[in-house]
Amino acid sequence: MLLGAYTYAILNMPTELKLGTSVYKYYECAVRFDLGFLPSLLLAGVVAAVFAALIGIPVLRLKSDYLAIATLGFAEIIRAVFQWETLGPITNGANILSGFTDLNHIYLPFTKILIPPTFFVMLLSGLCIAVILLLINSSFGRAFKAIRDDEIAAEAMGINLFKHKEMSFVISSFFAGISGALLAMYQFTVKAATFKTAMTYEILLIVVIGGIGSISGSCIGSFLFIACNEWWLRFLDESSNNIAGLNIFRSGFRKVVFSVIIMVIVLFFRKGIMGDKELTVKNVRQLFAGRKKAKKVSEGGESHE
Amino acid sequence: MSDTLLHIENLQVRYGGIEAVKGVSFDVHEGEIVTLIGANGAGKSSTLRSIAGLEKPSAGKIIFRGDDLTGRDATSIVKKGITLVPEGRRIFADLTVLENLKVGAYLRNDDISEDIQWVYDLFPRLKERSWQLGGTLSGGEQQMLAVGRALMSRPKLMMMDEPSLGLAPLIVKDIFTIIKEINRQGVTILLIEQNANMALKTADAGYVMETGRITLSGTGEELLTNEGVKAAYLGS
Repeated sequence: MLLGAYTYAILNMPTELKLGTSVYKYYECAVRFDLGFLPSLLLAGVVAAVFAALIGIPVLRLKSDYLAIATLGFAEIIRAVFQWETLGPITNGANILSGFTDLNHIYLPFTKILIPPTFFVMLLSGLCIAVILLLINSSFGRAFKAIRDDEIAAEAMGINLFKHKEMSFVISSFFAGISGALLAMYQFTVKAATFKTAMTYEILLIVVIGGIGSISGSCIGSFLFIACNEWWLRFLDESSNNIAGLNIFRSGFRKVVFSVIIMVIVLFFRKGIMGDKELTVKNVRQLFAGRKKAKKVSEGGESHE
Repeated sequence: MSDTLLHIENLQVRYGGIEAVKGVSFDVHEGEIVTLIGANGAGKSSTLRSIAGLEKPSAGKIIFRGDDLTGRDATSIVKKGITLVPEGRRIFADLTVLENLKVGAYLRNDDISEDIQWVYDLFPRLKERSWQLGGTLSGGEQQMLAVGRALMSRPKLMMMDEPSLGLAPLIVKDIFTIIKEINRQGVTILLIEQNANMALKTADAGYVMETGRITLSGTGEELLTNEGVKAAYLGS
């Protein structure tokens, strides 16, 4: 995400701004060109994917927990490198990058019609999800699932483990890069310090809460996570809600309640809210039909499971 | 019988300092059912795994239809027409039966619908359950699925690692009937088993492995009546 955000910001920022002193205060900017909005967005994904390919070569020799630890390590390394002064002419060191196209200034291509920010984000993520769905349901995606289920059997079927793991790593990084660019557009600024491990955990948490292996679960998870964090639990932070004498409502209390909710979810939904199931019209129908069937079964005493 | 399909020469497999297979040589002829029998830890599985490309042999030669396959990766070995039904079935539990079969045909680019039909004809149970998740099948059905999945790559040689493991005697009988049927349809079979009785009755040729070496060989009949084999593996 960091790579995506930076790539987008650096490539999209207008050249005259780069040459001026308002953003690059301490360095002379080395990137003396700017690209349009869409090419920058796409390149944000591509650059992230390329780096993932390089990191994947050593990291993917590890398994499960060790793999996660190593990738976390690399994430920290990349963040540190981006704050490094020697790279200042490109990354502006530890300082903020700004002035690129943000979410409030996206126009339909070749026209002057503004696209509403929410609509644009929905559109782009919808597009990404559609691509991922197509991928998962292809024979390529089946191979991914086979590897997840049983590596040895997958290898015995002739699936090249390393190649497929590397591919999945690269593809997911591409989308992470795009989301990084979106985050940059949303925040108006880019700063390496944003991309600490805490952010990695937040994203991981969303996936776990939603259900690993479920796309709709991840979507629901991210809505719930952000809504709880930023919206529904806000009232807990208002000290004006306090009944006389009780001083529990103060800023930060929201986070306490939120952690309890997360623990409850993890305890009672071991596999996340959706598990590995998808939210489809068919499944919703089945849910209702299933209840009816269950009734019939309990009446007739004959089960077909 | 006829041509040599698979020729193994002085095959050795090491895991770190441990030598699991200490120089094994045998031949599998086209159209045969060949079995390797032996106790736990005799090196049977390691032999199969190295032929399948899941393990790199430390020495020796694997020749399949005239091509040297020694040390090649699993992908190219499956492409050449060797497939392994792994020990303990190892089906993909979160994929449906049909998806499991499709993964078996992963390396093929041609039309697979005929072969799916072929597998369904061999195992009508799989057709009934084609939309069920692999993990919800019973042990016997999972073994059928593992065999069907392996057949989807259209192998010349199918290797099976303990197909009877953990199955009820009646189902074991079914599985062996189907093995014979698959063999009759032109697939050569290399089978390893601890259930020596069943395996030797089915096989055209057999080899006995002990601590990494082949100690006896002969036709299935010969081994069945061999006093040493009787005492050690047939429990009589």
